[in-house]
Amino acid sequence: MNIKQQFKEGLITQNPVTVQLLGMCSTMAITTTLFNGIGMGLSVLVILTLSNIIISLLRKIIPNKVRIACYIVVIAGFVTIVDLLLKAYLPDLSSSLGLFIPLIVVNCIILGRAESFASKNGVLASAIDGIAQGLGYTIILVVMCVIREFLGGGTFGAGVISPKGIQILPSGIPALGMILPVGGFLTLAVVIAAMQYFLNRPKKDGESEEVSK
Amino acid sequence: MLDFTELFSIALGAILVNNFIFSQFLGICPFMGVSKKVDTSLGMGMAVIFVMGVASAVCYPINRLLGDLELDFMQTVTFILVIASLVQFVEMFLQKAMPSLYEALGVYLPLITTNCAVLGVVLQNTQNSYDFITSVVYGVTGGIGFLLAIVLFASVRERLEFSECPKSFEGFPIALVTAGLLALAFLGFSGLKVFA
Repeated sequence: MNIKQQFKEGLITQNPVTVQLLGMCSTMAITTTLFNGIGMGLSVLVILTLSNIIISLLRKIIPNKVRIACYIVVIAGFVTIVDLLLKAYLPDLSSSLGLFIPLIVVNCIILGRAESFASKNGVLASAIDGIAQGLGYTIILVVMCVIREFLGGGTFGAGVISPKGIQILPSGIPALGMILPVGGFLTLAVVIAAMQYFLNRPKKDGESEEVSK
Repeated sequence: MLDFTELFSIALGAILVNNFIFSQFLGICPFMGVSKKVDTSLGMGMAVIFVMGVASAVCYPINRLLGDLELDFMQTVTFILVIASLVQFVEMFLQKAMPSLYEALGVYLPLITTNCAVLGVVLQNTQNSYDFITSVVYGVTGGIGFLLAIVLFASVRERLEFSECPKSFEGFPIALVTAGLLALAFLGFSGLKVFA
């Protein structure tokens, strides 16, 4: 399997959030500001890559019957490391993500990739898979953050560019609901619908081209 | 000693105001996955109530032990292992003792391990430093909130199958929109305060 193919799958055709529909909880819960989205995305990317590497290394040693428990222990170990590092060096991020950092343990993306990819492939391929899938997750988070932040607070890049972000919409216009849970469900619905629209369209074009050739 | 008004307000909060699904985003995966039929969602909800209650009860002494040993940083690893083995144990116990309930729950029982509502409730118990009884009440009522949400959602979704919608929204996205509208309805409870 080549690298380009893997990245294409992770980012678009097999995107963990919009196509495989994994890791919904964190996607909707923490995407209120750009800072949260990037922080969460990168944390998952790091944990996913590291756990993929370790699980791929151990794939011949782990007995088949207790594999899920073994994966969870490996993942929980890395999650604890990241949790403690964030608490020490980025306390702001750690407090705004709150419960959702330890909950990365039960994020289905990581367990899903361990089960479906890392347990069957070599170390290098697994590492690249972790990076590609993690990037796919991060991109969706960032897109959701930008939409929700803009519609809900009228700002862009809060916490990244400046503490409060750049005010684009004048106050009074933004709908607070977009930052509340409702907005999370609606935004994800629209993002997935848009993804389905774009994925279905070029596929048909491609097929018709092949037929015409 | 026991403050029943406080317990009551925690219980009502967990069911309505801070509903695990609609306001905290915990347990979305099983919420989306097993909500196609009312029967199965009812089974899943029951199983979640049970496991959340027992997990809260079991993790309370374990957390105290971790605190005494100054191993607080091991919380996440320990809790997930406890939950995983608990689910396994409950599965074996039910198979022997109550086969009818076991049959009813079916495949949903093992799936609960990766339900983030269960780990979430345990972590919240420790963060809010609830005592034993409060932890169990919070766990069970959180589960009831989950049951309420998933049954409501499943009954809407059953009808959704036969309705027309734009092609790109078919399937999952339209279900998310439905969930969003339900969340909007639950937002109405946020003004609710009991004896506060």
